[in-house]
Amino acid sequence: MELTFYIAAAVAVLSTIMVITRYNIIHALLYLVVSFLAVAVVFFTLGAPFMAALEVIIYAGAIVVLIIFVIMMLNLTQEDVQREKEWLNPSIWVGPAILSAVLLAELVYIVAAGTPPQTEGAVVAVDAKLVGLSLFGPYILGVQLCGIMLTAGIVGAYHLGRQKKKVIHRFLQERSAAA
Amino acid sequence: MSASTMEAALLLAGVLFMLGLISVLIRRNIIFMLISVEIMLNAAGLAFIVAGSRWVQPDGQVMFIFILTMAAAEVSVGLALILQIYHQLKTLDSDAASFMKG
Repeated sequence: MELTFYIAAAVAVLSTIMVITRYNIIHALLYLVVSFLAVAVVFFTLGAPFMAALEVIIYAGAIVVLIIFVIMMLNLTQEDVQREKEWLNPSIWVGPAILSAVLLAELVYIVAAGTPPQTEGAVVAVDAKLVGLSLFGPYILGVQLCGIMLTAGIVGAYHLGRQKKKVIHRFLQERSAAA
Repeated sequence: MSASTMEAALLLAGVLFMLGLISVLIRRNIIFMLISVEIMLNAAGLAFIVAGSRWVQPDGQVMFIFILTMAAAEVSVGLALILQIYHQLKTLDSDAASFMKG
């Protein structure tokens, strides 16, 4: 389990370094997904399986997809078929693929090894039930505040992301029609 | 989980946070800066998980859920701001948005 942790930590640091040194945003996002997956493995080895699942679903899933959608909406002009072909170069995807393969090997190892015998100093998992009891018990106020913040986030994102139409006052419309 | 692994996990959180901070400082592309903020938030959440794992309490994981919620809200508002900046300035360079005239 400890070796698993160290390998995943190394993968996380390596892929994060690759994220911050890429020139192309899509390449950086590819490494970012690997980084989040590696951190999810770290969570798993630290005894937080529920958080590992949330990390994969929300960070590596939702947030990265949101960023990719916005990059698509920006419709950057210099992308053409030649560039698309260049992106499918094996030298680009082989890095994330190798790092993900290391994580997959760890997953296979954990599943194949089964439940290890409880020894002194072993990881004690805090499962989802305990987290839920704590979340909706002492932390219920925080959950409500999160709900308010998410509402504000939705309204703010809608307001900011809207394309404003140019509205001319009716007097000006008459004047421009007369002119 | 042994003490040395705990230290290594906290070190990992620190290293990831520093990488995100460096990226915010050296990058001028505004989408890269948003990604770096995500990395930093993720590192902060990792530190909470390590602390929760050390004392075998669910509080650290509850804090991580809050951080996750905040990151989701932050990225949606941030991306809407990026869309507006791109439509106004036709560039993703953050230096182009250094003025505050309306």
